Amino acid sequence: MSALDLARWQFGITTVYHFIFVPITIGSGFLVAGLQTAWYRTNKDKYLRATKFFGKLFLINFAIGVVTGIVQEFQFGMNWSSYSRFVGDIFGAPLAMEGLLAFFLESTFLGIWIFGWDRLPKKLHLASIWIAATGTLLSAYFILAANAFMQHPVGYVLNGTRGRAELTSIFKVLTNSTAVAAFFHTIPSAFLTAGALFAAVGAWMIFHNKDAEVAKPALKIGLITVLISFVLVAVSGDTTARLMTTQQPMKMAAAEAVYNTKTNVPFSLLTIGTLNGSKSVFQIGLPSVLSFMATGNVNGTVEGVNNLEKSYEQKYGAGNYTPNIPFAYWSFRLMIGFGALAALISFLALLFIRQGRFPRKRWFVRSMVVLPFLPILANSFGWIFTESARQPWVVFGLFKTSAGVSPGVSAASVLFTMVVFTLLYGVLAVIEFGLIMRTIKVGPEKTKEVSANSDTLTMAY
Amino acid sequence: MSLNSFWFVIIAVLWIGYFILEGFDFGVGILLPVVAKNQAERRAVLTTLGPLWDGNEVWLLVAGGATFAAFPEWYATLFSGFYLPLFLILISLIVRGVAFEYRSKYGSEKWRSRWDLAITVASFLPALLWGVAFANIVRGVPLTKVSAGYIQYSGGFWNLLNPYALLGGLTTLSLFVSHGAFFLALKTDGEIRVRANKLGQRVGLVTALLAVLFLGWTLLGLTSKGGVIAGSVVVVVAWLTALAANAKGREGYAFLFSAIATAAVVITLFTGLYPNVMPNLTAGGPGLNIFNASSTHYTLGVMTWVAVIMTPIVLLYQGWSYWIFRKRINPSQISSPEVGVLDTVH
Ligand code: HDD
Ligand code: HEM
Ligand code: HEM
Repeated sequence: MSALDLARWQFGITTVYHFIFVPITIGSGFLVAGLQTAWYRTNKDKYLRATKFFGKLFLINFAIGVVTGIVQEFQFGMNWSSYSRFVGDIFGAPLAMEGLLAFFLESTFLGIWIFGWDRLPKKLHLASIWIAATGTLLSAYFILAANAFMQHPVGYVLNGTRGRAELTSIFKVLTNSTAVAAFFHTIPSAFLTAGALFAAVGAWMIFHNKDAEVAKPALKIGLITVLISFVLVAVSGDTTARLMTTQQPMKMAAAEAVYNTKTNVPFSLLTIGTLNGSKSVFQIGLPSVLSFMATGNVNGTVEGVNNLEKSYEQKYGAGNYTPNIPFAYWSFRLMIGFGALAALISFLALLFIRQGRFPRKRWFVRSMVVLPFLPILANSFGWIFTESARQPWVVFGLFKTSAGVSPGVSAASVLFTMVVFTLLYGVLAVIEFGLIMRTIKVGPEKTKEVSANSDTLTMAY
Repeated sequence: MSLNSFWFVIIAVLWIGYFILEGFDFGVGILLPVVAKNQAERRAVLTTLGPLWDGNEVWLLVAGGATFAAFPEWYATLFSGFYLPLFLILISLIVRGVAFEYRSKYGSEKWRSRWDLAITVASFLPALLWGVAFANIVRGVPLTKVSAGYIQYSGGFWNLLNPYALLGGLTTLSLFVSHGAFFLALKTDGEIRVRANKLGQRVGLVTALLAVLFLGWTLLGLTSKGGVIAGSVVVVVAWLTALAANAKGREGYAFLFSAIATAAVVITLFTGLYPNVMPNLTAGGPGLNIFNASSTHYTLGVMTWVAVIMTPIVLLYQGWSYWIFRKRINPSQISSPEVGVLDTVH
């Protein structure tokens, strides 16, 4: 494999891995802040125990989110130096802003929150978790704005002599319609993921007769979060799809495996294409739904892959401008499918637990335990779709992925680092999973009487 | 001052922040097996870093991000050129961060001693490698201009391990270890404080020697020496003050002056570098400077607003977090040190 292929694999592996933990951090940060607020308001012991218990899970997850993020920050320069030279004038700004505005906020206030239980007035301590959670939102916005430039470049001009894109309006880059849409799609996805985790933990605890006082609200809050989030995700996904159709029509065509431009296009539930991927031979679909999704009109025209390919060849010169169609088609469906399945399970579960009942059946707990893995998969497929269906571009219409890789870095170096990252990430996944399971088994602590020796640290490494 | 020079200064400030803050983190991590003799002591030592280390590390992320934004050519050439050392640093930072968070989850001796070893090794490597990297930047590296028009590193891996750079690495290593010892002496009580104080003194003397050799060697390679001589004098004076304060048990001053000396080292190196950011090893060869590596005036202007507004705010709340956790930590404050939080099922 070439350095290019390896660098792509490395980016895909490390970023998808980072994004397993990111949504859990974003969503559960706010849920924990909510629990602590409930404790602050009502002074009920169960909310304090729930805060500390879910706080522990949150932190185990946060640690991996942080350390895998550092790799992302360095990787642009290490493996994608030509890309960095090309976009640095634009892309570096949101990245630096993310650090200055978001990462400092997150890390400092989370440190204060973890170690500050006995050092701060209650109100200030509560504020620190809210500030840290807000930091995660800021961080998400800036990085999504950076990514949005790659999907839909705005606010720039090309400088031919220096061979790079240059910033003309930071305002346009930060208010990119694609960034706003991605933000309102990604954040509810994060809440969906965290909600599913809370529900699973709650259900498992109830089934194993652990601290029902903590488990019952967790289950209910989790399920409701999943349902509300799914509605928001679907609405924003619809908006995103419409934007995508105007900004990256090829991506929409690929997502739907629409080979030839048509009107009244059905949303495909299953399309089988010819092996060389140039046309479809069999299709089952929902009539006109895709036309509506893409354009807001059931009679809307959806451009097809073959037509787009021709017009791109005219516009950008000879080459292949079609992404891997089956890959795009299936990842798009798996995103929606796994998310919808999570919502369906949550909806049924809410019916089952009406009026404080809890079905003590194995199938019930099992399906609840599977629940958090569904949105994690949906998130991964969402990104895999967004990024891979943009190919061959790394910056749409401006810069090809193949031109972005570091020319001075050998395939052997990339291979070596990729293997080590993957192995290390594998080990960390096992450790983290073990710790999370163990934390759930251990369960929430009984609140201790404040010890007479108030000098004892409530939190120490 | 042009915006390009201003951003050169901002990047230097970010590295100063990073070396002062994560510098003592690294030092504490390296000293862990030496200053702490039992579980309670080890946990007390790590707890001094608990609320602080992640915020300290963000200085690096911002230094990286700011370099990307202000000097993309520098970011691209440096990060793709120093590939393997940076990779080792990344691996270390991953392992270290996780080790801090997970080592006290279980009481098991095996679990803990493995993570502790990881902390020590993963603190040692970056402390050494950052010095190697910076010394190479100051010394100049093999660079070639490729047909596409940009300048690329062409030295390979072993080229980075030249004697001057290794001396630079040993200097930062030793500097961070003593800086960490002063921090521990300031933040702990009892036996640890005494040990840290002694270690700080001993390693501090080695640091003094290494720093003089390193700065002297740096001078030899430069044509305009004025700034570097002045900087080196500040380094030496600040460092001797730190040692004197430490000898008298004035830990606050010892830490303050070792921080000043650390800042002065960075300032000296950046002064020697200016206006280059990555000079060529061969005099007269193509190199990167604050003009040919920089972003456009517009981007630098935007980033100036962001930096000028945000940096003081960050310093304010980060300073506040140091104030909240200002109390010394005594091993006796760690309740049941042998027990991990996940040992007993509630
Ligand atoms: C939608 C949100 C989102 C996305 C797309 C990304 N991240 Fe991330 N990142 C976060 C949301 C986030 C976060 C919620 O802010 C994290 C996750 C866990 C955490 O601790 O903070 C984080 C942590 C995190 C850190 C560590 C911060 C610290 O030390 O506190 C870095 C350096 C990055 N990320 C960098 C990146 C880069 C360069 C990305 C692009 C490839 C990226 N992240 C994708
Ligand atoms: C601001 C955020 C992001 C930026 C700047 C970014 C940038 C990039 C770059 C430079 C590539 C290399 C080109 C390529 O290999 O195709 C890439 C590919 C990829 N990215 Fe992103 N990405 C971002 C977020 C994400 C996230 C959060 C994920 C998923 C978790 C993701 C998933 C992928 C995948 C799977 C690929 C490989 C696609 C392929 O090679 O076919 N990206 N992205
Ligand atoms: C319910 C119907 C959904 C629709 C119509 C939808 C639509 C879309 C579209 C069109 C994109 C591509 C955006 C682009 O490339 O510009 C996308 C990306 C994405 N989706 Fe979905 N989606 C849905 C459900 C979900 C669910 C349930 C999740 C996760 C729980 C999810 C997570 C993501 C993520 C993480 C991305 C990448 C980030 C982004 O580009 O916004 N989506 N989605």
